[in-house]
Amino acid sequence: MFDLVSFIPRAVAQSIPLLYGSTGETITEKSGNLNLGIPGVMYVGAISGVIGSFLYEQSGAQINGFLAIMIPLVCCMIGSLLMGLLYCFLTVTLRANQNVTGLAMTTFGVGFGNFFGGSLMKLTASEVPSIALTTTSNYFRTTLPFAESTGWVGKVFFSYGFLAYLAIIIALVAAHVLKKTRVGLQLRAVGESPSTADAAGINITRYKYFATCLGCVIAGLGGLYYVMDYANGVWSNDGFGDRGWLAIALVIFTIWRPNIGVLASMLFGGLYILYLYIPTGMNLSIKELYKMLPYVVTIVVLVITSMRNKRENQPPASLGLNYFREER
Amino acid sequence: MNKKSHTPLAHISKRKVLPWYASWGIRLTGIVLAFIFCAIVTMLVTGENPIQIYATMLYGAFGTPRKSWVMGQETAILLCVSLALTPAFRMRFWNLGGEGQILIGGLACAACMILLGDKVPNAALILIMLIGSMAAGAVWAMIPAIAKAKWNTNETLFTLMMNYVATQLVAYYIIIWEVPKGSGKIGIINQSTEAGWLPQVGPSKYFLNILIVAILTALVYVYMNYSKQGYEIAVVGESEKTARYVGIKVEKVIIRTLILSGALCGLAGFLLVPGTNHTITTTIAGGRGFTAVMVAWLAKFNPIAMIFSSLLLAFFGRGSNEISTVFGLNQSFSDILTGIVLFFIIGSEFFINYQIHFRKSTAKEGK
Repeated sequence: MFDLVSFIPRAVAQSIPLLYGSTGETITEKSGNLNLGIPGVMYVGAISGVIGSFLYEQSGAQINGFLAIMIPLVCCMIGSLLMGLLYCFLTVTLRANQNVTGLAMTTFGVGFGNFFGGSLMKLTASEVPSIALTTTSNYFRTTLPFAESTGWVGKVFFSYGFLAYLAIIIALVAAHVLKKTRVGLQLRAVGESPSTADAAGINITRYKYFATCLGCVIAGLGGLYYVMDYANGVWSNDGFGDRGWLAIALVIFTIWRPNIGVLASMLFGGLYILYLYIPTGMNLSIKELYKMLPYVVTIVVLVITSMRNKRENQPPASLGLNYFREER
Repeated sequence: MNKKSHTPLAHISKRKVLPWYASWGIRLTGIVLAFIFCAIVTMLVTGENPIQIYATMLYGAFGTPRKSWVMGQETAILLCVSLALTPAFRMRFWNLGGEGQILIGGLACAACMILLGDKVPNAALILIMLIGSMAAGAVWAMIPAIAKAKWNTNETLFTLMMNYVATQLVAYYIIIWEVPKGSGKIGIINQSTEAGWLPQVGPSKYFLNILIVAILTALVYVYMNYSKQGYEIAVVGESEKTARYVGIKVEKVIIRTLILSGALCGLAGFLLVPGTNHTITTTIAGGRGFTAVMVAWLAKFNPIAMIFSSLLLAFFGRGSNEISTVFGLNQSFSDILTGIVLFFIIGSEFFINYQIHFRKSTAKEGK
């Protein structure tokens, strides 16, 4: 029997980092920047939060619930913001190739995360055997008070930490802003045709910087959610895996719409852990094939949208291209 | 009405083509700055003096004959993948699927070694593996190429996704072939018979790989610069419309080039599986598919310059590995240093392509 009540919460927990990543990347891509550094940014966001809360927990002070949440949150946002600024400086100001810059950021970010994750204890000369931020994690995992008492409804809808709900809110707000507001319209104009937008008096540099940095901060939160909530505050090297790339896949899957992302990320989260729930008997190898599903589905969506060639379902027209006013 | 004309502090304009020594001078400056910056970072983390650090890195890369051979091997494989990606990049087709194409090529080799290991003579087996790995890589690259040619599907994202499909496919076969059962890995294939292992030629087991890649470099250089197909690739890359106008079948060029690109990635898998490791894991490509993108781009897609850029990145990989072991740091330290070097080189490209004009003294103007 397929256990839906235990499946859904796990699928949702899987989906939240993907949702953060894809919302951030959607905003970035709408400005015409294809940031392939998102996997790196998510690692940096996660480790920055971990460093912040590790130092706080080790400082010996009485742990205050508010600070225990705010310190990692702010550290995470600063860390990912710096990555965003670096990307913008290289691609927008210095007009470097976006693919190369993004990949370099991923190399750097993943290395940064794993390095500090692996040597934080050594560098701070502390006694603990591994990074386990249980106290902080418990604050992050605090659920709504009535989650326990409402049976399966509570389990399916209310059993998540606040970052999960925040992810959904951010995605919905982003969708609204992109679709319905003047700022969103101008941002989309920058991504579609920067020279037209420039002629209309829109400050291209400012929009690109703003969208990319905001996107990185949002994506970084996904990393933080993974460590603090999903992984119970335990950092393990490469634990975050290829979720960053999956988040980029999700952007395509949702055809650049964060509101679709809310449900689509849950679908991806479900596909990601589906293999745990499929009865395969002794045949473990089939499970590896099930893990392929999210990527295959993405490819299918990518091909179908390009085949149907509907204008509203296309990537931003100048995605991946840098804008230089004097160039025609 | 505000009629005061406003001149910005600085404005930038595109440079004319710089002479090669100037552009390489700028790049070299970038690299030197990166080295200095890396030394500072390492110093802050380890507390050692920078000269000590670079001595350690040099020792890690070339310290012993064995280390030098490993370094040569690393450079060769990286160069091989970069060469594979070059034709696609010249065409402005962003093949980020190198990782998957290497894996699938390696998988084809492993399959031949396991299934045919004791059935055909060794020379025939190696030939079958060579063809099989190149065909597998070619197919893996051809799928996104067809979609690109037919429906203009975004190739960056498509090839990226193909990597993970390949990874899971390898994971699937690893469990099928695992030895012993339940261990989750294959182990050395044909340990006793050495069937399908590339023979050792010359002084080291890595020599043959290096030799093959050296020949390949020359071939790709000639192909890109002196063949009709290479010229067609360049035209399509510069302007698809021009290419169509002069009667080049763009779809055909895209698919043909990607078959070549994928086949060479598959060849890298061939060099890795029967040539070096004699086993297959999901991480056998080790991020080279991505690193090679940067190697190729740093060299401006010039196969000869790629020798140096792959040497540089391989040096950083090996050297910072040594730093991590000697100073007891985490292996990932090398990724941080590589990242920093890349950022500097990426940044230095700006000064090659653009120049900055600062505002002249504004006291007299604007009134």
